[in-house]
Amino acid sequence: MLQSTTAEIKPRSALRVNPAKTCQPIGALYAALGIHGCMPHSHGSQGCCAYHRSHLTRHYKEPVVATTSSFTEGASVFGGLANMTQALTNIFSIYNPDIVAVHTTCLSEVIGDDIPMMIKKSYDDGIIPSGKLVIHANTPSFVGSHMTGFSNMTKAMVTYLSDRNGSTKNQLNLIPGFIDPADMRELKRLAAMMNVNIVMFPDTSDVLDLPQTGIYKMYPKGGVSIPQLKSTGDSIATLALGHFASYAAATALNDKWEVTNAFLELPIGLGPTDRFINALRNYAGVDVPESIVQERGRLLDMISDMQQYFHGKRVAVAGDNDNVIALVQFLTELDMKPVYVITGSPGNHFETRVGEILKEQVPDAVIKQNTDLFALHQWMKNGPVDLIIGNTYCKYIARAENTPFVRFGFPILDRMTHRIFPTVGYMGAIRLMDKMFDAMMDHKDRECPEELFELVQ
Amino acid sequence: MSEQIKTEATSLPDPTQVREIMLEPYPAKTKRKRAKQVLVNDPETPPKIGANSRTVPGIITQRGCTYAGCRGVVMGPVYDLLQIVHGPVGCGFYAWLSRRNLARPDTGESNFLQYCMNTDMQEEQIVFGGEKKLKQAIQEAYDIFKPKAIAILSTCPVGLIGDDIHSVAREMKKKLGINIIGFSCEGYKGVSQSAGHHIANNEVFKHIIGQDDTADTAKYTINILGEYNIGGDAWEIDALLKKCGIHVTATLSGDVNYGQLARCHTAMLNTVMCHRSINYIAEMMEKKFGIPWIKINFLGAESTAKSLRKIAQYFGDPELQTRVEEVIATEMTALQPVRDEVAAKHRGKKVALFVGGSRAHHYQDLFEDIGMKVVSAGYEFAHRDDYEGRHVLPTIKIDADSRNIEELHVEADPERYTPRISAERRTELVKEGLSFSEYEGMMAQMKKDTLVIDDISHYEIEKLIEIYKPDLVCSGIKDKFVIEKMGVPCKQLHSYDYGGPYASFSGAANFYREVDRMLSTKIWKFVVPPWEKEPQLEANFVHNVRIKDTKKETKKAA
Repeated sequence: MLQSTTAEIKPRSALRVNPAKTCQPIGALYAALGIHGCMPHSHGSQGCCAYHRSHLTRHYKEPVVATTSSFTEGASVFGGLANMTQALTNIFSIYNPDIVAVHTTCLSEVIGDDIPMMIKKSYDDGIIPSGKLVIHANTPSFVGSHMTGFSNMTKAMVTYLSDRNGSTKNQLNLIPGFIDPADMRELKRLAAMMNVNIVMFPDTSDVLDLPQTGIYKMYPKGGVSIPQLKSTGDSIATLALGHFASYAAATALNDKWEVTNAFLELPIGLGPTDRFINALRNYAGVDVPESIVQERGRLLDMISDMQQYFHGKRVAVAGDNDNVIALVQFLTELDMKPVYVITGSPGNHFETRVGEILKEQVPDAVIKQNTDLFALHQWMKNGPVDLIIGNTYCKYIARAENTPFVRFGFPILDRMTHRIFPTVGYMGAIRLMDKMFDAMMDHKDRECPEELFELVQ
Repeated sequence: MSEQIKTEATSLPDPTQVREIMLEPYPAKTKRKRAKQVLVNDPETPPKIGANSRTVPGIITQRGCTYAGCRGVVMGPVYDLLQIVHGPVGCGFYAWLSRRNLARPDTGESNFLQYCMNTDMQEEQIVFGGEKKLKQAIQEAYDIFKPKAIAILSTCPVGLIGDDIHSVAREMKKKLGINIIGFSCEGYKGVSQSAGHHIANNEVFKHIIGQDDTADTAKYTINILGEYNIGGDAWEIDALLKKCGIHVTATLSGDVNYGQLARCHTAMLNTVMCHRSINYIAEMMEKKFGIPWIKINFLGAESTAKSLRKIAQYFGDPELQTRVEEVIATEMTALQPVRDEVAAKHRGKKVALFVGGSRAHHYQDLFEDIGMKVVSAGYEFAHRDDYEGRHVLPTIKIDADSRNIEELHVEADPERYTPRISAERRTELVKEGLSFSEYEGMMAQMKKDTLVIDDISHYEIEKLIEIYKPDLVCSGIKDKFVIEKMGVPCKQLHSYDYGGPYASFSGAANFYREVDRMLSTKIWKFVVPPWEKEPQLEANFVHNVRIKDTKKETKKAA
């Protein structure tokens, strides 16, 4: 397993090996699926769309439908207007969505296709039927990562669709960040328990976690609706979860309609969830109900039961910047030591923020943005860990180093339930602990000397 | 709907009407184009199909890109060839371990299948060019991994910004003293993955095949071309051939190393599984080295037997032929019980297959083994010859998209060209019924009035299921859950749903059992909950009965 990875670290400035990120368009496609009645459209060569649909399908085990402009060499030379026009004509005639959300690819970005012009021309020429909408986000693959793409498409929802009719509505905007439908559903559940009306965008619950009914619906009931998106300018405030995925949309909403912003981190673990609940309480002016206090108490009780096993354990964490920033806080709450913390996506805020979180508890932690799993593995060869947390690709490292492994983040390609069980909120924290505890204890039970194999823990 | 358009004779829907329904909502231009790709079959005179033409923008296609065909399919499985994808991070990322390229390298051999290496191209390189970064990446890869050879694979922006990967390859080859090969397989180059297969074939032929003249010592050596070892298929085939006394020099490309590719021109026969992805190499090897090729198929018991017989017939050694017959007899006997059991349960059930450039054809043989009925099939990226047979090749018009791909001019190697069999022997074999360089295509095997659909769209799949109500659909990951949400099991034939192997006799048994599992599972029967099947009982009635019963029982006990 990964036999060519050695402890000797040679400098690299050009070669990416085993990336911990992917490109913008997949994030944009995922975000677009969180709009009700939306057809995501990839403007470029058809392989991008095929890859993104395939990978999202492998992660969610659900239908992921999107269209493509199917560029050939001709379009690459003469521009993609004809392909876009033909695509929109076909999409509305055959699949009849309420809205098409276009994202670009490196191909259409390099040739400089002007998407707003194409959309305008399509409206003018009657290609887009009346009452239907087309929005877009530029998502060049050579800038940022899939997190940037998600952020850009979420921002496009604001710039194209958010509106204000003048009277403030009793609702909060919630920008959830790049998380699974289970997490989005959990955020809605918590808000409902708090009695707070929210407009969450994007919202992939009831889109990518569908029941088996024997009936396929191309546009399932979930997703933020266009009227809801329009109403975001009238909301009391916007809670934006995650600096990298949600800051841009929240800022755009503030620039456009002066909706107050609250920037929070993803509610993963005790502290970050506390801050989320507190923000809902303060911005909506509601009390925290007993039911939430109880959930928090159950998490705390579980931590007290498990803490002895987590204390001081060295952890390697790889994943998306926003998600890792939150997770690392939870690990410190459990007295664990995240010694290597990486993300593939670029952005200095990651190192600054994780550095701040670990300053006291793990002062010598290696924290790096814009790096890869190969680097992480080499560090582990030089200083082993007790647990790895990351996406499915980390399982090769886990096997090579015989280290307990918990799947977390995107993508998870070899396990099934992440679309149903959340990792956010107090209940999500319990699930994460459960997985960490199981992984570490299963490892101990498999590897420990027979005389130390114990019935009770 | 399906009831209305059934014809009495076949108990299947009238394909002409189904076709009309499928094309009905399309705008005029799309309808004209799709009409050439959705056809009612006639095996006697297969109609001309509009295959390998541009994908209709916006239609929701199964197809991928040229890069996917080159990097993912043909080059992906070569486990000790270090492959650097030149471009932004995504293309490298998605082709990383996502195809099931199983390999068992020997101890000490490099295995780069678990690695994803790319240049993670940034805006700076888009603006100022990426050659410098590519050279640096090659140097770093060499320093860290010390590979035997390096491949560079281009993604869309590379061609557009004008990076010359071939001159970088030449320069670094000279500097490092190892083979470095460029593949200009930018995603937009063709209408599907197919262009990428061709590009991979060309570069492998130009730069790898023939680099090492060391021949295997076995008496009967063959290559298996177009076999990708998904789920371990190549291993099953290899084991079967070994039993017969036939040695496989190289499998292109499944569990194969650079060295095997370099000396595969020493084999005595090329056998072709996936005609679409690799016929170019078969043709070129015949011209340059004199190795004939025959079409074989190891999917399905009958096809496997037939393929073994063809190979034995080619070598013409009675001893080999006897051994092959013995192996077939033993394997068939072992297989028969499961084949009979599954056939008894599922004979006559309906299946549709939409996948690949050969799988949609090959798998029909496995279904035929168990008496299941193919109602419709089509490829994702095949050409007319894969549908109608190679005899149509001279009539295929080369369009602008195909012209992009280099056609290598190949001549007989002045020293190494050795016809593996004499012209007389070849004539004799042809007389005996062995066809060389021949593939009859999918349509000749499919029944009359079945529906052949090239590059099927999402809409056409939905209509097909609605009208035909197939018992099983074979497709890929993008359609799988769409089909299963409609309550129809879907077998992925790219990844085998992480099962397999399905090749050879042993694999056929796995496949029959897998079909049985999918068609027998109870899950689809649970879709309607009991409360939608039964009238509602009043809660207090149920409750009272219980209380009464309990009282009675208490009295009795007293």
